Amino acid sequence: MAITIKLNGDTHTVDAEPGTPLLWVIRDKMKLTGTKFGCGIAACGACTVHMDGDPVRSCQTNIEDVGDAEVTTIEGLNSAQAHAVQQAWTEIDVVQCGYCQSGQIMSAVGLLTSNATPTPDEIDDYMNGNACRCATYERIRAAIKRASEIMEA
Amino acid sequence: MNITTSRRSFLQGAAASSAAVLVIGMAPSGLLAATNGADATMLNPFVKISNDGTVTAVIKHFESGQGPATGLTTLIAEELGISMDAINYEFAPVNPQLYANSAFGGMTQGTGGSSSMFDSYSQYRQAGAAAREVLLQAASQEWGVPVDQLTMEDGTITGAGNSASLGEFVEAASRLQAPQDPQLKDPSQFKLIGNASVHRKDTPPKVNGTAQYAMDIQFDNQMVVAIKRTPRLGGTVASFDDSGAKDITGFIRADVLPNKAGVVVFADDTWAAFQARDALDVTWDNSAAESRSSDQVYDELMAAVNEAPKYNVSNTDQSEVATAIDQASQVVEETFYFPLLAHAPMEPLTCTLEATDDGGVVLYDGCQTPTGPQGAIAQILDLPSEKVQIQTMFAGGSFGRRSTSNSDYQSEAAYAFGMTDRSRPVKLVWSREDDVTGGFYRPAFAHKVRVGLDAEGNIIGWDHRIAGQSIAKGVEVNDSAVENGIDHSSVEGVFPTPYTIPVMFAGLTDIKPATTVSWWRSVGNTHTGYVMESMMDAVAKAVGRDPVAFRLAHLTEDTPEQQRMASVLQMAAEKGNWGKAPDGHAQGIAVHMSFRSFVAEVVEISGNADDGVQIEKVTCAVDCGTPVNPDVVKAQMESGIGYGIGHAMRDEITLEGGVVQQSNFSDYEPLRIADIGEIEVHVVPSTEIPTGVGEPGTPPSAPALANAIAVNGPRVTRLPMDKSGVTFA
Repeated sequence: MAITIKLNGDTHTVDAEPGTPLLWVIRDKMKLTGTKFGCGIAACGACTVHMDGDPVRSCQTNIEDVGDAEVTTIEGLNSAQAHAVQQAWTEIDVVQCGYCQSGQIMSAVGLLTSNATPTPDEIDDYMNGNACRCATYERIRAAIKRASEIMEA
Repeated sequence: MNITTSRRSFLQGAAASSAAVLVIGMAPSGLLAATNGADATMLNPFVKISNDGTVTAVIKHFESGQGPATGLTTLIAEELGISMDAINYEFAPVNPQLYANSAFGGMTQGTGGSSSMFDSYSQYRQAGAAAREVLLQAASQEWGVPVDQLTMEDGTITGAGNSASLGEFVEAASRLQAPQDPQLKDPSQFKLIGNASVHRKDTPPKVNGTAQYAMDIQFDNQMVVAIKRTPRLGGTVASFDDSGAKDITGFIRADVLPNKAGVVVFADDTWAAFQARDALDVTWDNSAAESRSSDQVYDELMAAVNEAPKYNVSNTDQSEVATAIDQASQVVEETFYFPLLAHAPMEPLTCTLEATDDGGVVLYDGCQTPTGPQGAIAQILDLPSEKVQIQTMFAGGSFGRRSTSNSDYQSEAAYAFGMTDRSRPVKLVWSREDDVTGGFYRPAFAHKVRVGLDAEGNIIGWDHRIAGQSIAKGVEVNDSAVENGIDHSSVEGVFPTPYTIPVMFAGLTDIKPATTVSWWRSVGNTHTGYVMESMMDAVAKAVGRDPVAFRLAHLTEDTPEQQRMASVLQMAAEKGNWGKAPDGHAQGIAVHMSFRSFVAEVVEISGNADDGVQIEKVTCAVDCGTPVNPDVVKAQMESGIGYGIGHAMRDEITLEGGVVQQSNFSDYEPLRIADIGEIEVHVVPSTEIPTGVGEPGTPPSAPALANAIAVNGPRVTRLPMDKSGVTFA
């Protein structure tokens, strides 16, 4: 069935069955591959996107439940918080294999949008659902702190 | 983003051999040569320079996060005298004759054993230096100025009043004979090698979502394949019913794999493939299937270490060691068990096969060991191996999983592709459940160790029995790892040991395979390092000695191995404030040599095993020879520590009636950010040849944690720790 979706600032109509996860619409229908498939059960966070600015796991969000919400993927990030996060991630070379990092960045932007100066415990709490098998956690913490500084400057 | 365009650029990149490209490399004979790119197939190209001066490093190792794309590029840039911003990189095509890994015997193209830098350090520096020399020679001829009056800095050649970009001389240089023995820089002149401010080359695309992994292949006309596999090793398909799948939009068809190990579903997209697979009803023939549970495997292994071992690994007289231990004034004995572990790289396994115009295929894969899948695909599709090209993509982690003895997932893709008319690319996608249940685990192992001590607390006898499933044995391609029946990867880290141990016996018993097993980040050292360092700690404790001082007392020989081991141990102890833990905290230490590198780690915890352990801080010291990219070295230590500790805390794969009981990250729980505190890494300055960093951070991490827990709690001898009653905060 034809479904209309607001994605990265544009409105698109895609052909997808009800029950199709937003993840697979983004990846296989819209061919935007920055959003990753990691587990399919919302246990790793690799598929994190924003719906109206809030991070959600796109593998557990059915396409028909998206409605009018504005969906933003890593390709569509364009806020001051996003620029700060991506700059900090680059300065600190957070990435290793990199596969989870789109999701990490989407969550970090979500965190800093709601809390510009998170404490270390708040960072751990917020980011705990985003798994990184390379265990880049030390640098994720440092980069979020750095992004917070960039935002303040 | 137009994926079709990026596919074309891959192929153009792979075939980029236009006349305007200078290619420098090492020919199979070992001679360096410069050639016009049209002849590139004759050479082993590591450096390509186009007319506009664009330099490209050709990377023969895959990039699963460990940093070789940056490291090998750094070597070229250093010797060529250009900045890291002025050089790009691309992954090498499959050509084992040209891109073999010297650490793999020089026949196999592949990445593993933490060998990328060890293998490539001289080769890539020589390639960069040779490029520099022919460019200078070309400039010298053009300007009529002697070479010794020319300099090249940041891609600009200057001398005697002339100045031009290196790109100006590419064509002329391509006609010159490259030096066979180019002058390498003295390490004191290095600007990039050893420079901690050099950034990863793959950071930008991985931060903005444009990095292309095999999972990201999106050809317009591709089919996606999912496979319902036998849940038990050795099971086969008896029959299947796909009537439930027929209503699923995008489902194309289902059929049995030629080897009967599963049913293949062809679909138009990934979700349709997964949905259709779930709707299949498959009846399995389990007459030849594995039926053991992991409890039985546990019992077999624990029995084996209590019996006479099959192989005498140390080639020493067991009775001599037994006599020494009988006469000891104190004996410390422990038995250890290590479960099966999955690698679970973040990107589930996937690859795509596409037909080429000449009747061959291209494999798009985060390809760890191109030699393997090239041969396997050629055989399955009945093609000469040169008709199987490989486009290596970024790999979303591996930890050893992407290199298997039978090229498991690439072979599945080839079988599936062979079941079609080959007009549409076939993309195989594994789900996380496929990955966690899919075999090729770190094998389960048991160890039993008895250490005899004299009245002064010195070790006078060490009896060490190991039992487990060999990775290499019975697997043709890995037979070289087996000597006199002993799989080196089952015993590495125990025998030989860098410690001075006067009388040591090490024995090994193999058990019958219960599942498929493979190399898992640091391989045998995952269990041998844990046992050696737990025992050193237990023995030190038994004789009332400080664990650091006790280890140092067994590292007093004037050999590079013992000195380097002692040095990282002392550095970790000093930087980690050994012995000065705040109230309520406890520290554990471990040191291990693996992949020619030396790593020591101090783990500091709060809490205790009953009420909840919190890992507060890990301090690491590493000696990996020349640290080419010190920040990458640090990152690899951070990563190896997290990987070791995360699995030790709570992960295991168990079998029930031959069927894997775990399925996803819900019950094979990865390390999370809140699980681990600060990690501080100190890199020993060195000008020795670079050695491994991808794996060596892992072995000391779990025993250092165990030793910290043992300060005020139990000595954990069965992993995972939570199964031994340790709770984590």
